[in-house]
Amino acid sequence: MVPISWYLTLSAALFSIGLFGVLSRRNAVAILLGIELMLNAVNINLAAFWRYGNVMDMAGQVFAIIVFAVAAAEVAVGLALVISVYRKRNTVIADDIDLMKW
Amino acid sequence: MTGEQIIFLVVAFFTLGSGLMVVTTGNLVHAALWLISTLFGVAVIFALLDAGFLAVVQVVVYIGAIAILFIFAVMLTRKDMRDQGPQMNRNWWIGALIAASSFGGLFFLLRGWNGLSRTASAIPSGFDAVNELGTALVSPTAYVLPFEVASVLLVAALVGAVYLAFNRK
Repeated sequence: MVPISWYLTLSAALFSIGLFGVLSRRNAVAILLGIELMLNAVNINLAAFWRYGNVMDMAGQVFAIIVFAVAAAEVAVGLALVISVYRKRNTVIADDIDLMKW
Repeated sequence: MTGEQIIFLVVAFFTLGSGLMVVTTGNLVHAALWLISTLFGVAVIFALLDAGFLAVVQVVVYIGAIAILFIFAVMLTRKDMRDQGPQMNRNWWIGALIAASSFGGLFFLLRGWNGLSRTASAIPSGFDAVNELGTALVSPTAYVLPFEVASVLLVAALVGAVYLAFNRK
């Protein structure tokens, strides 16, 4: 049996990798890729706590499903924003997108 | 070391390596493809955790929809980033520092937690996790409200995404 600490360490490492991507990438699409990694790390945690806690209580899996839905919504709106900005400003570099209106 | 642990280690290193490639590779199409392999690794982790439904949803929704959406977005915003200077911003080392310290902090907190010795109880015979999950999602005494809120959120995101990306001529 795999100890629960292994799952939690994997999840923490994946979260930190995603955090690094969000903080250091210049491309807005790449920042969204980092957010996806962080959401996946959270899902690993939720599933691990469901399995190692009370299996009868489905809260962990239910929250993982909600995270899936939120991730899908976030990606759809985020990429639509990026595409919309790209049409107007012809750039996807997050540093250059610094005006609310132009 | 049991077979399950060996499988876990192989999948975990595969997942983390692909995740590192996602955040460091210069070509964004490659980054999206590495994201697919990371997501697949996470799906295998779900399968190892006996969460079969989550593994299937991971493959269908994440790999089938979200990753493909990313590839579309990369191609629609195709002014190649490689001829626009570096991929990382100037303060990337601060980001690396924050990420490393967040991992260190999480690991430190994990060391102090007293639940690490708990083991997974065997799944009771006749226990159908998918059935239980479906019942919990629509049961008024369980999680029907978050479920409905999630569906409203998805409708709002659908309308918002169409409105934002619609090309008004």
